[in-house]
Amino acid sequence: MKQAAILVFPGTNRETDMAHALTLAGFDVRYIFCTQDNLPNDLDLIALAGGFSYGDYLRSGAIAANTAIIPALKKYADCGGNIIGVCNGFQILCEIGLLPGALIHNQSGRFICTATDIKVVHNQSHFTQEYEADQIINLPIAHGEGNYFADSVTLARLKKNNQILFEYVTNPNGSCHNIAGITNEAGTILGMMPHPENHVDVYQKNSDGLGIFYSLKNKIIA
Amino acid sequence: MKARIAITLKQGVLDPQGKAIHTALSNYGFDGVKDVRQGKIIDMVLDAVSVDQATQDIQVMCQKLLANMVIEDYEILSIA
Repeated sequence: MKQAAILVFPGTNRETDMAHALTLAGFDVRYIFCTQDNLPNDLDLIALAGGFSYGDYLRSGAIAANTAIIPALKKYADCGGNIIGVCNGFQILCEIGLLPGALIHNQSGRFICTATDIKVVHNQSHFTQEYEADQIINLPIAHGEGNYFADSVTLARLKKNNQILFEYVTNPNGSCHNIAGITNEAGTILGMMPHPENHVDVYQKNSDGLGIFYSLKNKIIA
Repeated sequence: MKARIAITLKQGVLDPQGKAIHTALSNYGFDGVKDVRQGKIIDMVLDAVSVDQATQDIQVMCQKLLANMVIEDYEILSIA
């Protein structure tokens, strides 16, 4: 069975949703608290779930990015391990520097909680191979600071390297290039603001998000 | 030693809080306000052998944690 770990910080609140989605896709899931300074060596995936780690003090994700588990996470990333960060998880990955750019306050200045249409930009990735390129999927968003910002050089590089995996159909928050989710250059780490783990089940009346977790489970792209 | 550091958004980075404050000031009738940017002030008390050493330490603190250099600038306003 494929092994996944969810990193939990004080203030993380979507870890059970993430565990549910990963379990549905066939992962064996365990939680790891951020004060631990090492990771098991049998992991196929590490997930950083949504929430408000450390109360979003200083900046979203800034305090979490300096906890004991982070050196081990960086080492795992350097070895090519797959990581998915959703919402606050995306913010943390940017703060660590595993993903480029930053998430700033929504253009409207308001917290946005709604379901939104997302375009799958391409399916040549560990995270999207279960989708069609240009497929429109519907996922919930729930964030105050989801406005993706990067300088023009970084944005051009993201585009050129096919690192933009998800784009909003209608930009809800002011994100540069309608960006909803990006990967690192190697394509092994995904950060996204929408919550795929909250559209996976019949009781959620939509399972568009499940494709990401199945893609990781059935990963065939080397 | 005491230090005061200002963290501000870089020029060109959207500041919805600053905009909201600007709108509110206009609503109060302060029509002369042309722009508002909001930042944060960090006050700290620290052990350091000299102002130079403290300045260097604070610069590292800012780059590592206190500011996100993708979107923010920092300035040491006072140190003594």
